[in-house]
Amino acid sequence: MPSSRDVVFVDGVRTPFGKSGPKGLYAETRADDMVVRVIRELMRRNPNLPPERVDEVAIAATTQIGDQGLTIGRSAAVLAGLPKSVPGYAIDRMCAGAMTAVTTVAGGIAFGAYDVAIAGGVEHMGRHPMGEGVDPNPRFLAEKLVDPSALVMGMTAENLHDRYPHITKERADAYAVLSQEKAAKAYADGKIQPDLVETAVRTAEKGWGLAVQDEAPRPGTTLEALSTLKTPFRPHGRVTAGNSSGINDGATGCIVAAREAAEELDLKPKMRLVSYAFAGVDPEVMGVGPIPSTEKALRLANLEISDIGLFEINEAFAVQVLAFLDHFGIADDDPRVNPYGGAIAFGHPLASSGVRLMTQLARQFAERPDVRYGITTMCVGMGMGGTVIWENCAFEGAGA
Amino acid sequence: MIEELFADEVVTKAVVRDVELPGGAGTMALITLDNGFDHTKPNTFGPRGLTALGEALDAIERRTDLAAVGVIGKPFIFAVGADLKGAALIRTREQALEIGRLGHAVFGRLGALKVPSFAFVNGAAMGGGLEVALHCTYRTISSGVPAVALPECFLGLVPGWGGTQLLPRLVGPAAAVKLIVENPLSQNRMIKGRHAFELGVADAMFEPADFLEESLRWAAKVVKGEITVERADHTGDDWDKAINDARFLADMKLRGAAPAPYRALDLIARARTGVDFEAEDEALADLLMGEELRAGLYAFDLVQRRAKKPAGAPDKALARKVTKVGIVGAGLMASQMALLFARRLEVPVVLTDLDQARLDKGVGYVHAEVDKLLAKKRVSADQANRLKSLVTGSLTKDAFADADFVIEAVFEDMAVKKKVFAEVEEHVSAECVLATNTSSLSVSQMGADLRHPERLVGFHFFNPVAVMPLLEIVRGDRTDDATLATAFAVGKTLKKSSVLVKDAPAFVVNRLLTRFMGEVIAAVDEGTPLEVAEHALDDLGLPMTPFALLQLVGPAVGHHVSETLHAAFPGRFGVSENMAKLVASGKPGVYKPDFSLDPEAVALFAGGDRPSTAEQVRRRVLEALAEEIRIMLDEGVVAAPQDIDLCMILGAGWPFHLGGITPYLDRAGFSKPRFLEPGVASVPA
Repeated sequence: MPSSRDVVFVDGVRTPFGKSGPKGLYAETRADDMVVRVIRELMRRNPNLPPERVDEVAIAATTQIGDQGLTIGRSAAVLAGLPKSVPGYAIDRMCAGAMTAVTTVAGGIAFGAYDVAIAGGVEHMGRHPMGEGVDPNPRFLAEKLVDPSALVMGMTAENLHDRYPHITKERADAYAVLSQEKAAKAYADGKIQPDLVETAVRTAEKGWGLAVQDEAPRPGTTLEALSTLKTPFRPHGRVTAGNSSGINDGATGCIVAAREAAEELDLKPKMRLVSYAFAGVDPEVMGVGPIPSTEKALRLANLEISDIGLFEINEAFAVQVLAFLDHFGIADDDPRVNPYGGAIAFGHPLASSGVRLMTQLARQFAERPDVRYGITTMCVGMGMGGTVIWENCAFEGAGA
Repeated sequence: MIEELFADEVVTKAVVRDVELPGGAGTMALITLDNGFDHTKPNTFGPRGLTALGEALDAIERRTDLAAVGVIGKPFIFAVGADLKGAALIRTREQALEIGRLGHAVFGRLGALKVPSFAFVNGAAMGGGLEVALHCTYRTISSGVPAVALPECFLGLVPGWGGTQLLPRLVGPAAAVKLIVENPLSQNRMIKGRHAFELGVADAMFEPADFLEESLRWAAKVVKGEITVERADHTGDDWDKAINDARFLADMKLRGAAPAPYRALDLIARARTGVDFEAEDEALADLLMGEELRAGLYAFDLVQRRAKKPAGAPDKALARKVTKVGIVGAGLMASQMALLFARRLEVPVVLTDLDQARLDKGVGYVHAEVDKLLAKKRVSADQANRLKSLVTGSLTKDAFADADFVIEAVFEDMAVKKKVFAEVEEHVSAECVLATNTSSLSVSQMGADLRHPERLVGFHFFNPVAVMPLLEIVRGDRTDDATLATAFAVGKTLKKSSVLVKDAPAFVVNRLLTRFMGEVIAAVDEGTPLEVAEHALDDLGLPMTPFALLQLVGPAVGHHVSETLHAAFPGRFGVSENMAKLVASGKPGVYKPDFSLDPEAVALFAGGDRPSTAEQVRRRVLEALAEEIRIMLDEGVVAAPQDIDLCMILGAGWPFHLGGITPYLDRAGFSKPRFLEPGVASVPA
């Protein structure tokens, strides 16, 4: 990928992800306050970074109204106490919002417009249910530009099962059980906690509390239990709450910098950006998006899929991960894929998830100096995929 | 049962939720204090709230799995103290003792748990709210907390749920007397979170953005022993000096007239050798059963509630918009008004005068004051530019053509004022409100010859304009509701407390102060030594002695008002020939700049042969006040005795422990019948 300067991922954190709804952890917590907590923690964990050296704050949200509105990158920067001289903006690519925040500021860094930026995302799906306030153009349906199912993500997942009949409900459920098991093990091994920033929560009824871990994971999930779940998107369908990510609340953020700026400020980069790509597909099968975006990113990086040692793929739906794995000839239980589990366990607060993939990849890189390249990839509503290829800054050579 | 007295208690609940402390420090039971309303109705404690906290602590004490206990308020508010409405209904000393003991019993448990307790002071913490925090083992405070205070002495109480015993030992006697006595006696000053931290009230301070999270991280480190809180031992401080300094200040302000600060100082002194909560209970009970506190609670209610909803004010919706203000005159009073209007209304203000030099001086005064505000960082450079550009001068009144509100501040003479308004009316619209800052002249008479007399209203400020919170708004016999509503709206925007008064000579404050002064001066004229008359009313604890007040007002102005009132009520308001001599002498009063009596000035009052004793002067003055107030109420000058008191508190600075004045006249037996029902501003039967 043509670039004038190397771009590095320095550090990332996230709030614990909560379950949306009136009983959820963050039921009465504002989305902007969650972003503020993430930004402050990033600054606290990287005391070498003078706040005035942050050149941009890009925060993604899918529904940019209410507490996710008011140009949330800028308003959260002010609320977080960054100097008023630090600008910010809001950005949206639905599920790939935070990923796009990272790639967009990375573009700016490569071009030389920024030295250091904060990028992240938030989605409080309890306060902002999917589709809140949307007004789809009637031409979509009148001119059959998209299938009527395209705007309901669960239906697009069912459509994907139709396209790949060999991806059965049983296979999807088995993948989901594996995701829960890997997440539980990662928690038990203390792999997840370091990237979380504990966050104050309060409800009028229960008073103040503290969110310290993800609310969504269901350790001990069994195939039998999953087999009994309803298929809300289609009678006798395949997509269930068990083999999909949930409806969640959460915020993520990371520091992205020019390699030379990181060196100057003695920041400790974890990953170098190799390439990124976004690609469009038919909206009614948006789940295949990561396939063309990954092919494009590999091409730009001049790499083969076999060069990739670790995959962080967002598990919006098990079927969408399986379609990706099948395409690239990777086994369902390949240990390179989502070693800590994925969104089926942790949850998927839409626009925030991209940076969760990156923080988890960065932590895996630190453990695996033998791995040089990894990817973060995810499918996106309205038929898109996004992929970022990263190089491990801890890489010590393939033989290590 | 005291719960019955607090029937209207808005109960502050104590909700407990477990929190996993970071770094594996264990579980904290976090108590949230929340009365279920937003920050505009802060958390307070009555018997039910105390009991609720006690029950929460019952459950906590039964547990063996806890590493710590925390207490935090609702957003923006920690807790602001006792439920005062209930306190005013306490009838017996036993009830008073009970409320004190209940507070000690509940709060005290926070300091006697098996695990450390932490107060996380996230918002305003006053009185009993701060005392909750003081009982905890550790405290963190948000740098965004706008108010930390122990305002009890301001009302007539002592911090009686541990404040006088715990605070001095925590922060030392000098800081404690400042918070417990000196600040309450200084217009009830409050300090901010940062200052409280610097004084040692809290052990750690964090920014508001993630105050609780960072407080919990800190608490976890304390629990794990990674942080040790070092506190100074203050038993070796100079306690006597701190207490004597505060006693000196209390004497200066109160002359012993209100017991609370003195009781507080005695309690603080006791804390040097150990805490004595029983002594606090006794002091609290004595004060709760004292009339000074009841008057204080009444006065507090007047300035908190009645001042915000002026009796007799017309519908706010009738108020007209004010987009430009005119001020006739460019003297000191006019300039002070110009600054205030510009700062609060943020609209153009034009001063007029016949003399360019006076105009320049007037506008120059405003600009200089704005520069002072800028230097003190009270306004930004941009705001300073804005304020300066808002205030201009004009030699001609056509500058008022687009003004919506024109106020005069010219010489206190009916003919002069009538002439001024006739000229103004040549230029302004028919709806423009005309306001007079007269302190004694008839508004109705002033408007009699106007083309639109319905738009004239009295708008009487008190000196100094920027400081004194009272506005007497005077309705003339033809003033219409829209004009009056506009005057009230402007008063509110100026952040003044407005009281509606009838168009009667000298309205409320000046009438009563003049009657008061008239009796004192008459006694001196009759031969009472000036020093005797001057100090005859010291036990009331008024902000100033009579001749000190005269000096502040200026003999000429005081004498002029006495003449006006004499003309209106010759039987009750005299005109002193000796005062005329003092005015003629050009002296500023009977005191020299060093506050010693000026023998030459005192000599002007010599010659009387019927001296009174101090007690006789005292009785005479108080009887006169009671008589005058009765007449004013009968005349309908204001709606109720409460408005008299509000005026005297806000316009003359008369003290809370007198309740303004009518509660004192009632309890001292000068009013027959009483002005207020028994139980109002007094201990209920």
